[in-house]
Formats: sequence, structure tokens, C-alpha cells
Amino acid sequence: MERPLRLVTANPLDQLARTLEALLVVASAPLPVDELAAAAGDERERVELALGLLAARYHEGRSGIVLEAVAGGWAFRASRDAAEACGRLFERPVQRGLSQAALETLAIVAYLGPCTRPEIARIRGVAADSAVAGLVERGLITEAGREDGSGGAVRYRTTAMFERVFGLESLSQLPRLDDLGDVDDLRERLHAVAEQRSA
Amino acid sequence: MIVRELELDLDAFEGPFDLLLTLVLKEEVDLADVDVAGIVVRFVERLAERETLDLDACGEFLVLVAALLELKARGLFEDEAAELADLEPEEAAEELARRLAEYRRMKEAAGWLAERLASEGDRFFRLGPAPLAPVAERRLAPQDPEALADVVRLLAAEPPTVSLAHMELRFPPVAQFLERFRALLLRRSRFDFDTEIEGLSRAEQAIAFLALLELRRANQISISQAAPFAPIRVSRVEEESAAVNERTDAWNVRSA
Repeated sequence: MERPLRLVTANPLDQLARTLEALLVVASAPLPVDELAAAAGDERERVELALGLLAARYHEGRSGIVLEAVAGGWAFRASRDAAEACGRLFERPVQRGLSQAALETLAIVAYLGPCTRPEIARIRGVAADSAVAGLVERGLITEAGREDGSGGAVRYRTTAMFERVFGLESLSQLPRLDDLGDVDDLRERLHAVAEQRSA
Repeated sequence: MIVRELELDLDAFEGPFDLLLTLVLKEEVDLADVDVAGIVVRFVERLAERETLDLDACGEFLVLVAALLELKARGLFEDEAAELADLEPEEAAEELARRLAEYRRMKEAAGWLAERLASEGDRFFRLGPAPLAPVAERRLAPQDPEALADVVRLLAAEPPTVSLAHMELRFPPVAQFLERFRALLLRRSRFDFDTEIEGLSRAEQAIAFLALLELRRANQISISQAAPFAPIRVSRVEEESAAVNERTDAWNVRSA
């Protein structure tokens, strides 16, 4: 009679962990904990514990598969040391680099989104149409309704794909952009000049 | 080419473009002394040294030089600028500072994203549409098998035979009515069309009417009707006037 490994059966969460493992291997997008709990028919807390077990098992360096929390859920990816081999067989979502214009536009949408093309153009000082179209085509940003309900300019936000490509658990993981130290100083000086002129 | 690192050698300033901008913003260099044309010439020279046109650099340079020119213009024409601008000087200054700060922050963020993209470049993961969730099963209410049989019976019924009656319609030739009306007009100078065709079938009446039109076209009869749906009176056209009419028609056709 075949017997499962002793080590594995020792943990009471193992059955749940195996179910989650199966769900994650079938999924093509990160699965949020709530969705995993609903599908596995178990409690959220237990699912989180089981995910912790799995994450330890599928840790970078331990397996060719890595389990990671990304884009608001959990997903498998290839380990980094297999990247070269993967690259020979598969294309990366952002195979070629992004232009400076695309990166700036992406940064604006990620930090200030949802925002419209005119808003992006206002910040960058140049039209953003082609940069936005390119990012939409790459699946990094997507339409998110319109300004003032229907009829306004289309708003854009970043996608789960953006978070996955950049390896972010959520947008809150973006680094805080510390206000430039000299901005307040700059502002004061400009105000001083303005006062002189209006006087 | 990185615009901010453009080396400048002007009367008022010597060093990278970026430093000049910082000093101008901090008012440690008076913009009125700065030769903006000199900066443009230096940039164009540097651009010409390269074989390919660096559009990113050109765009960035345009934005920076435009901002510089705007600042300089404000500095040189203080009163006019205050009058001309839609914004109050304080508001304009605030707006300018806000925009510069915002754009610099976004440039920093773009830099961070570029680094991140490079360091996370070895991420491979499964992509594709999510597998379909099972469709919820629809439960039907209990059904009467007899109802199904009734519907099938309807479908099994012999379809009604298509009538081919219209294909058997026999139309008398127009010529038959032409002869009949001509013979009638030899005996009488006028007759009532409705009386003549009474008792004929609908198709025959239509043919008779065609014959009437044919006679009218040949100018052998004239047709009158007192009112719509009133009896149609047909009368013979006298030989002489018919000849005259024919000539007129010919003349009309030629002249047309």
C-alpha cells in the first residue's frame, strides 16, 4: 500500500495546503485569499496559514517554482535561476524596455491614477496619446471609466499585469516619493518674487 | 544624450545645464544675463555630432528651454507680464513651482520603475485568460410529458400544399381587346368602358385597360372621366384631327 510521506501528513493543514497548491497551479492570474478560501471551502485564517506553509516549501532557491504574494493575490512563478531557460522558450510580458516617455506616463498613472490623458499631458508638458496607447497595448494600464460619468475623458489605471511585471504585492508597495527638500524653499522664493512684482 | 548633462560655456555661466537650471530656480544666477540662444546653439551642435536623432533628448530640451524662456520673459518684462498673464503673479509662481515639483517627482518615479523593471526582468509567470468557472446548473420545474408530445405533434403535421393557381392564369392577348374596341368604335362614336368590361375577370379587366391605353397612345380615342372612380368615357377621334395630332407629335419629337 502506498503511503504519503510522513513529514507531510504530520501537519494538520496539509490537506488544505494540497488543495490550495492545486488551485494555484490551475490559475493563470494571482488568486486573492478570499477566492482561495471560497474555492477550498475553508476559513480564511486557515488558508493564510496553509499559504505560509506552501510559501516556505516553494521558496526561491528551494524549488524551480516560487510561490509569491503579488498583485493582490497569490501566484506561482518560475524561479530566477530558471529565467534564462524560460527566456529561450517564452516571451516576457515586457520583452523590450519601455521608453522614457512610457515610463513617465506609467509612473503618473501608477501614482496618481485613475487619471486621464490630458492630466498626464499637463504634468509631462507633452501629449501622452502614443505613450498611453503603447502601455494599453502592453497590458500595463487599462481604461477605468470616464471623468464625470459618461462623456468625460477616459481614465486609466494600472493593471494586475503591471504589478506582476514589476513584482509588486499592491500599488501601496510603490516607494513613497519624498518631497524634494528644496521645493518649499523654491516656493517661498517664487512667492517673494511675486510679491515684489505685484507691489 | 542626457540633456541635463549638456556642458555649457556661456558668459554668465559655465557648467552642466542641470546646474544652471538649479541656480536659476534658486535665483543665484540672474536669468537676464543668460544667453538662451547660446544654450540652443550648444545643444544643436551636440545633436549634430550624433548620427541618429535622439527624440527623447529633443523633447526634454524643448520643455526645459521653453520653461527657461518663460521665466526669462517674466523677468525682463515684469510689469507687462503681470498685466498680460491670466494668473496673478503669486498664483503663477505657485503653479510653476507645483508643476516643476510634480514633474520632477514623476521623473524620479519613472527612474525607480526603470530600475525595478531591470531587476525584475527575470520574472516568468503563467499568463492567459482565467479558466471558465462552471456554469451554475439550471433546475427545471416539473414538466408534463404530454405537453412535449403536443409540441412534437405540431411539428410532425403535414404542411399545407402550396397553391399553384397563379401559374395557371390565362391572360387574353391585348390584341383581342384592341380589335373589339376598334370594332365597337366603327359602330358607335363613344362608349362607356365600365359597361363594356362588366362581368369580366379582374385579370381580363386589366388587359382591357391596357388595350384602352394602347388605343389612346395611337391617338385613335380620347378618354374622359368626370371624377375619380367615375365611369370612363371613351370616344372616337375623328380622322382629320387625328392626322393633325400625329403631325404635332412628330414635330414635338423632332424638336425635342
